[in-house]
Amino acid sequence: MAGYNMMRCGEFRTTYEKDTTIFPTPMSKKFAILGVILCVIAPLQIGEFSFVSPAILTLMIQIGYLSIGALGLNILVGFTGQISLGHAAFFGFGAFASAWMNNDFAIPVFFSIPLAGVLTMAVGMIFGMPAARIKGLYLAIATLASQFILEDFFARADWFTGGAAGALANPFEIFGFVISGDRSYYYVVLVYMVVMYIIAANLMRSRDGRAFVAVRDHYLSAEVMGINLTWYRVLSFGISSFYAGIAGALFAHYLEYVSVESFNLLLSIQFIGMIIIGGLGSVMGSLMGTVFMVLLPEVMQEAASIITSTSWGNIPAITEGINFMKEMVIGAAIVLFLIFEPDGLAHRWRMIKAYWKLYPFSY
Amino acid sequence: MTGQTPILEVNDISLRFGGVRALSNVTFDVKKGELFSIIGPNGAGKTSLLNCISGRYSPQEGSIQFNGKEVTKMTPNHRAELGMGRTFQNLALFAHMSVLDNIMVGRHHLMKNNFLTGGMYWFGGAQKEELTHRREAEDIIDFLEISHIRKSVAGTLSYGLRKRVELARAVALRPDLLLLDEPMAGMNLEEKEDMARYICDLNEEWGMTVVMIEHDMGVVMDISERVMVLDFGKNIAEGLPHEIMSNDYVKRAYLGEETDEETEGEVA
Repeated sequence: MAGYNMMRCGEFRTTYEKDTTIFPTPMSKKFAILGVILCVIAPLQIGEFSFVSPAILTLMIQIGYLSIGALGLNILVGFTGQISLGHAAFFGFGAFASAWMNNDFAIPVFFSIPLAGVLTMAVGMIFGMPAARIKGLYLAIATLASQFILEDFFARADWFTGGAAGALANPFEIFGFVISGDRSYYYVVLVYMVVMYIIAANLMRSRDGRAFVAVRDHYLSAEVMGINLTWYRVLSFGISSFYAGIAGALFAHYLEYVSVESFNLLLSIQFIGMIIIGGLGSVMGSLMGTVFMVLLPEVMQEAASIITSTSWGNIPAITEGINFMKEMVIGAAIVLFLIFEPDGLAHRWRMIKAYWKLYPFSY
Repeated sequence: MTGQTPILEVNDISLRFGGVRALSNVTFDVKKGELFSIIGPNGAGKTSLLNCISGRYSPQEGSIQFNGKEVTKMTPNHRAELGMGRTFQNLALFAHMSVLDNIMVGRHHLMKNNFLTGGMYWFGGAQKEELTHRREAEDIIDFLEISHIRKSVAGTLSYGLRKRVELARAVALRPDLLLLDEPMAGMNLEEKEDMARYICDLNEEWGMTVVMIEHDMGVVMDISERVMVLDFGKNIAEGLPHEIMSNDYVKRAYLGEETDEETEGEVA
């Protein structure tokens, strides 16, 4: 437990530039680059051999766009200390906005995705206005209103969402070259994910990111330090919605169809679950939490099918109840996780690194 | 050192919370370059007065002028931009940030990069600006002798160090006027001496005007140029330290009826 902010042995920083890097050590930077390279080669197919099955590729794409949305919520909740129960609505707004701009104004998908982000940012800032006046649980209820207002808007605004029929979204296209199919779309999502995570990491080590954290930790002294509370609270909603909008747009052009029912309160709560499990106030934690939340049901499904395939598990009492048990185990896993690791996966990861830093002499 | 032009003019301010009159018709001014202390019993309205100056509370009557500018209705963040820095009586650090980041927050109003340039960091000048301001922050860290804890999380530090980090954060604003709310509360003698030295240096070498609330009479009388006494929200005396010490009214209200000389005389 020898202070995880301690510098590694043999590491000397001679300039301030080297002391303000995104990654704390050169090793962690190499690990991150290695991770990206692995993600790049994962879907490659060499002859008959492929590293990942199509089902896993689908999950990876899902993790990709959801983790962008989760990162946005983490900027709002984890870094600025606000709360939003309407994140799924902004995610949905981004999805519809991108499809709408592409269908009605013939803006290429390549541009409509970032534009959808900007449009969602504007909407998010409007719905974030109450944050200027109210805090905590009251703000949670105010943002719940934005969830219901936007959901209702999706159902009624035929011109924008196609109403009950939903909206069709065209596949991603770059300079007339259409990218369809999981294998190629995966790279689109991967590029967006890496870029959005780098932007968030940069934001958090510059002026406005520090202002967000200052507002979270002690808003009264933040104001005395010259930080405009109203602006930063509303801006935080804006940036959070920008991320949600991009994530939603990527979702729309992946499924190529957007339905009005998919952006309900449950998805908002799932986003909150992702960042709590991953670690509030941690950029990488958002990704870890998303991976956990997406993979947990899959792992449980896998475990359930293994149990029912055994001779003792293949009895009516288990085969009929296994689906309920699965849901309960998912719930229990989350509860246990919060009890034993309330600071999230990101904190656990730091602890593991701190342990190995001094290995084998951990005293 | 002390000029004649007032940097802060408080004219006849009154502050009420419902029926409670926290401040009634308080008037005083602080000259540029001065080290000005406010003393008084607990509940006298000292912190309320500081909150009126820094903008947390707005007084119902009266006006406050800072550097010749009317600031009575300004928000605290706007006053910070004009050059007012303060520390709090109960620690108000950003507990989960590192000491360095706490100090860098103090540079907020002096920096220009925003969420767009900050997000791009390497392109658009944010990195260059961050590093320039890091240099400034390091000067303050050196001056307040907190270089060994610059990467520690502020919430994990000891009380004395936190007080010092809070001073560092206020200094990082490069304020013309520094408002200190009980900078020496809860410190031992050695820490008090260090803090007194920092405050004197800030006043004399860094040219900051200091307004300080403090209960330790030894420190107040030693380092301040002028002292004001508040009691029940009223300004009951104002003057040089030795005038205050010998003011009968002040003795009755705050310092205690018996003087030290009398007690010592009896013992001897």
